[in-house]
Amino acid sequence: MSVGLERDEGWRRLHPLSPMVRSGRAVLAVLTLAGLSASGVVGSSAGPRWYDVALPAIVAIVAIVNWYVTRWKVDGVTLRIETGLLRRDSRQLPIARIQAVDLVRPFLARMLGLAELRVRLAGSSDADGRLAYLSEQAAVALRARLLAAHHGLDPATPEPAEQIVTSVPAGRLVGSAAISAGVVACLVVAAGVVVTEVSPAGLLAAAGSLVWWLIIGAGIIWRHVSTQYGFTVATSPDGVRIRRGLLGTVAETIPVQRIQAVRMVEPLLWRPLHWCRLEVDVAGHLGRDAAEGTHAVRKALLPVGGLDEAGRLLQIALPGAPPPPVPSSLPPFMTRPPRRARWKAPLSYHFLAAGHDATLAVAVTGRVNRETTWVPLAKAQSVRLVQGPLQRTLGLATVHLDAAGRHVRAEFRERRQEEARSLVTELAALSRTARKIAAHATPLVPARPAIPAELPVPGDGDQAASVAPPVNASQREA
Amino acid sequence: MGGRGERYLVVMPESPEHGAMSPSPRLWRMRCTEVIAGGGMLAVAAGTVAGLTVGPAAAAVAVAVVLVGSLAALSFARNRFRSWAYTERDEDLIVERGVMIHRLSVVPYGRMQFVDVSAGPIDRIFRLATVKLHTAAAASDARIPGLEREEAARLRDRLAALGEAKAAGL
Repeated sequence: MSVGLERDEGWRRLHPLSPMVRSGRAVLAVLTLAGLSASGVVGSSAGPRWYDVALPAIVAIVAIVNWYVTRWKVDGVTLRIETGLLRRDSRQLPIARIQAVDLVRPFLARMLGLAELRVRLAGSSDADGRLAYLSEQAAVALRARLLAAHHGLDPATPEPAEQIVTSVPAGRLVGSAAISAGVVACLVVAAGVVVTEVSPAGLLAAAGSLVWWLIIGAGIIWRHVSTQYGFTVATSPDGVRIRRGLLGTVAETIPVQRIQAVRMVEPLLWRPLHWCRLEVDVAGHLGRDAAEGTHAVRKALLPVGGLDEAGRLLQIALPGAPPPPVPSSLPPFMTRPPRRARWKAPLSYHFLAAGHDATLAVAVTGRVNRETTWVPLAKAQSVRLVQGPLQRTLGLATVHLDAAGRHVRAEFRERRQEEARSLVTELAALSRTARKIAAHATPLVPARPAIPAELPVPGDGDQAASVAPPVNASQREA
Repeated sequence: MGGRGERYLVVMPESPEHGAMSPSPRLWRMRCTEVIAGGGMLAVAAGTVAGLTVGPAAAAVAVAVVLVGSLAALSFARNRFRSWAYTERDEDLIVERGVMIHRLSVVPYGRMQFVDVSAGPIDRIFRLATVKLHTAAAASDARIPGLEREEAARLRDRLAALGEAKAAGL
């Protein structure tokens, strides 16, 4: 192993038990299967065979080697992670650019007192800043250190005290999941009734499939409840802290200034109860593994809660934001599209409304579920106007205010054509001002040397050329 | 849906000195070549197949259909070519395009993550390049095709310099 595992000062390994936790599930599954096949319950084989054992052994060895070649250290302003046996992979995560820090504890890790630390940067995939696993104290200490350094404090600063804002009672969580599942169940039953009406012989088959549907539904409810169980939101100078999970737990920390957009969703059946879901968008790419929790860059700030509660959380996520608009009495700065928009958007017209003030754009959309999106103008990446053929006939146009990420935007849908045009100009100008104010509030990193002026133009030899490093906006914030 | 539709660029205030710019006329020649070459090949193929399987009359009809289709494609390409326009303002780049679906994007220089200049094999024959501006938002696409190489280089350098000067944090 010529990969240079020299014992530098500061380099540290992951916890020695981590290969066990990482491969634990796979090994357990394979061993169970092997046991089943050996006992003759599944398959026709008699007795264990060598390859029943070989697979778990390989998985375990890979995990151990992976642990052996992985090391990390905090080097001033960067977190460095090196891994890989044959293809050495060295990652440098600038602490100043952290978007969120998560502490994930799957069930098995929790039993052993271990935790995984996930550091998310803008434009990085989930796997980029993963340290799996550290001992719990080490993980908490490292998180405190990273966040302190992120805020430009002495890394030795202890983790600041937090103030719990809200928590979701288990009953409400189960209730909300049950309502959602109830809809599906009703649909399934209705389908069953139809089948029975058509052919009574189909009843047996329908009943059989009903059992499967129930199992699937229960699984979905269980998954939702177990990942969101004990959902607690707290504020601290570090950012918003979210804690959740029944068997495996997740603790997320989102620096408030990293929030790109907030979305409030009111599903149809929750509306009589005045319940809603609040989500925030953080810059970054969608990770691959959606397994244990922090999969998306879209994070629930409130899986289910009252409207007033959502309003309070909105104030934390976007200080100074106007309260969630009520359809019956829209605030003065929000307007509805003209009546002729019904022809273009017959299913969503009843919800459509949008407006903006000097710092924030608010848009309401949705067909069945009412969705309200807040995008701070200082976070706007671009303003777009789109007009399809039908819209042109009706003299309408849609204006999008895009924030970082995929499908993160406030949509001013079906506005009058002239209004849309002036809206584009206005939003562009306002977001420029908002950006300047925000830039003064958070000083920028000193400018790095500019790019050389004479870069090659794509000629006959090269297919493409990119000018990348000088303008990476995510590197800009201190 | 003929015509170039309405241009919005003109109504944007504080228009810069040189106003709205368009892709190079060579882009139109490139599109013509593409359509004519594609249509010609298709016409020959359709004529041959119809002639061998049905008869000479069918071959003539097939060729005529393909030719009419090519003409329609040509007029559509003409409109699409004319719909492209871009304006460099002090703080942002405006790109406008589209015949059926009209799109206008305003991308602030400060939001630019990187600039791509690309040129495919056909582009290179016509000495053209496409400049694409990327931001952190997946939806904000500011792409300008069919720029002459010098203009592409100028635009890229200007965008990069402005992006550097006006960069803002996420």
